[in-house]
Amino acid sequence: MNLTLKVWRQKNKYDKGGFVIYPMEGVSHEMSFPEMFDVLNERLIAKGEEPIAFDHDCREGICGMCSMFINGRAHGPQKGTTTCQLHMRHFKDGDTIVVEPWRAKGFPVIKDLVIDRSAFDRIMSAGGFISANTGSAQDANNIPIPKKNADEAFDAASCIGCGACVASCKNSSAMLFVAAKVSQLALLPQGQVERRDRAINMVKQMDGEGFGNCTNTGSCEADCPKQISILHIARLNREYLMANILE
Amino acid sequence: MIKLNSKTPDGPLETKWTVYRSTVPLVSPSNKRNLEIIVIGSGLAGASASASLAELGYKVKCFCFQDSARRAHSIAAQGGINAAKNYRNDGDSIYRLFYDTIKGGDYRAREGNVYRLAEVSANIIDQCVAQGVPFAREYGGLLDTRSFGGTQVERTFYARGQTGQQLLLGAYSAMMRQVGTGQLIMFTRHEILDIVLIDGNVRGIIARDLVTGQLERHFGHAVILASGGYGNVFYLSTNAMGCNVTAIWKAHRKGAFFGNPCYTQIHPTCIPVSGDHQSKLTLMSEGLRNDGRIWVPKIKDETRKPNEIREDERDYYLERRYPAFGNLVPRDIASRAAKERCDAGCGVGTSKRAVFLDFRDSIKRLGRNVVEAKYGNLFEMYEKITGENPYQVPMRIYPAAHYTMGGLWVDYELSTTIPGLYCIGEANFSDHGANRLGASALMQGLADGYFVIPYTIGNYLSKEIRTKPISTDHEEFSKAEKNVRENISRLMSVKGKHSVDHFHKKLGKIMWDKCGMGRNEKGLAEAISEIKNLRDEFWKDVRIPGEAGDFNPELEKAGRVADFLELGELICRDALQRKESCGGHFREEFQTGEGEAKRDDQNFAYVAAWEFKNGNGWEMHKEELKFEVAHPTQRSYK
Repeated sequence: MNLTLKVWRQKNKYDKGGFVIYPMEGVSHEMSFPEMFDVLNERLIAKGEEPIAFDHDCREGICGMCSMFINGRAHGPQKGTTTCQLHMRHFKDGDTIVVEPWRAKGFPVIKDLVIDRSAFDRIMSAGGFISANTGSAQDANNIPIPKKNADEAFDAASCIGCGACVASCKNSSAMLFVAAKVSQLALLPQGQVERRDRAINMVKQMDGEGFGNCTNTGSCEADCPKQISILHIARLNREYLMANILE
Repeated sequence: MIKLNSKTPDGPLETKWTVYRSTVPLVSPSNKRNLEIIVIGSGLAGASASASLAELGYKVKCFCFQDSARRAHSIAAQGGINAAKNYRNDGDSIYRLFYDTIKGGDYRAREGNVYRLAEVSANIIDQCVAQGVPFAREYGGLLDTRSFGGTQVERTFYARGQTGQQLLLGAYSAMMRQVGTGQLIMFTRHEILDIVLIDGNVRGIIARDLVTGQLERHFGHAVILASGGYGNVFYLSTNAMGCNVTAIWKAHRKGAFFGNPCYTQIHPTCIPVSGDHQSKLTLMSEGLRNDGRIWVPKIKDETRKPNEIREDERDYYLERRYPAFGNLVPRDIASRAAKERCDAGCGVGTSKRAVFLDFRDSIKRLGRNVVEAKYGNLFEMYEKITGENPYQVPMRIYPAAHYTMGGLWVDYELSTTIPGLYCIGEANFSDHGANRLGASALMQGLADGYFVIPYTIGNYLSKEIRTKPISTDHEEFSKAEKNVRENISRLMSVKGKHSVDHFHKKLGKIMWDKCGMGRNEKGLAEAISEIKNLRDEFWKDVRIPGEAGDFNPELEKAGRVADFLELGELICRDALQRKESCGGHFREEFQTGEGEAKRDDQNFAYVAAWEFKNGNGWEMHKEELKFEVAHPTQRSYK
């Protein structure tokens, strides 16, 4: 099929950037979205132009590196799918597809579609862990955990840190990302000791990074490739409130 | 000729590690503060090592090429992690895990290392649970396990089909905690382009900041390479796009020996290739073989839909050939059996290079809900990629390059042949012999990082406490940086006609066709000369757009492919000299009447450790393997 791509090009973080239109012929239904970009880049290189920079790595929907804003949605139109798992069979001949980077104050653009998500690492260093030095653990089965809690913790833990929640939020809020970690660890007995500090410190860091506040519109949940529920945001709010009261 | 010393401690297998740990020299906490360690890579091995060493009080710098440590490709491991916990009461033990691993590796691994791996396996599960890793649990709240290939016990712990993700996020969070304390500095979007040696010891690295293109010098009292495997030499593999050999290859060129490069693992259950645009292959976890049955039609060129083919017209060839292990034979055997059926004309799908992995019977037996709870995310991924619903039609699968057992040669302490340079995880050659069992990669990565390197590196560093940090203005740093700079300009100045991928695809095709699942003398000799020609062509005709002093993904790829073009030749040379079949290395000239791999313990029970001779090929050294406990027998899964 033949498509028209309207892609954001930006030389570096100082450049203003803008859309460039690329006619894209001969796209196969079997291709993944990044594979289509591979083909486009090969063509650009052959013409002596600079290829489009975009982040990608595992191409299995799990590393969280790919990050394209496709036709106004983080990771494109298919529910519960990363850009790399989006296949071209979901588009039709003649379509125009608009591709932008994640847009958020907390995620400055590095080049073209590549952004800087190091803010997420800093939020994690502020409290997204259980302090258990190597070697200090007791036998794993000494900590029985009800299956239901373990499963719910897993749902939260499946966050891939891609930042789609921030990109799709009108406030550029990182609440779903922070909630996923706070909620996972709050649900587990191992996470109880640092429970309050974790909620306070992670939220403080999140605010410091320039992410907006949550107004419960739920677009993060709608675009999250791992379909993490905003119920975790509710739990984060409760954790944060309780931590402040009990502080 | 150099005599390789594995430094395996004396004494019975069961006490080697205990005695070693109790007698190895220590570094006091006040000295640890002054010692700096560089870790390359942030996958399971690199992340667990970085976190553990920082916890001990060393100053650690960790480098990764991705935008966050959490993205390393360990994240994509699906199925699980082995541990000799015997929670199932099914007869598991450290010895059995050790034995299964040695046998699974076709008696080409070092006993001492493998026993230690089995010994610390149980600690890994404890550590991960303490970090909050949400492993699968039974209704009683205790940990659940399942079975993997090459074993008859259920010792594989898992977190749905995302075990690697959960384990890596556990190690990553431990790292981030250390970043918060300032004990660990993380360098993301950085690639190591050389190591720096001063008076024979490793003293640092040259790295490129991938965002600015600037070269940086970093000093370390020791350097740990945890940069993963080299499966991308095949171009199409289950590795991430960025996985590369560069870090260990640069070390190899500086004197670190490369062990058993020809031991590459072809994973039996991957989604087949769909076209020329294909950039990578996706694995469907081995865990699926617990409940999926593998078959092809009995007759050639079958045209009916799979569900229309009657039971008696199906050939469940693994169950037929290997009744004792059935669908759970080790990977090398399952891969070759699939190839054999497809070569015989019974393959399925449009390409006829695929076999069915069928869940019909399990869905009937367990119900769709149970199957969904176990494998839901994998089924979903399959459907996204192929557009077919595996609850209704069998999956189509075919083998693909997945893992590399070979890597830098290391001794019992995980030290390479360069003093101060260590290599852990998939990047080293050590524990899996000629074939790795499922769910053992996660085990090895974390064993090395959490429980081995923190002890063994102390032996070296205890002698380094008087070494003051060396200024990166030292002439050896300048020389190394100059070489890196020249190499980059050489790449940029070719200004040829073809993209990097063009060459990478060609290399991959040579490797897959001539050094893949089946290898023979003629093919390997051809491959070596074809790779040499391709390498010359690359340096004459590669086109890299953009600037060196800028964010330039094409330049990154070019450097990696240049190294793969050298490694490819070494893999073929190693495969050529090993005139036997063992594990993932199948030489067509050496097979039994039934088509099984025929090992030659008389002549080939050694590790091939290759020394790079600048401008003059390689010299092979041998480390003889001695089996004191697990005596080699013909591997049988019948």
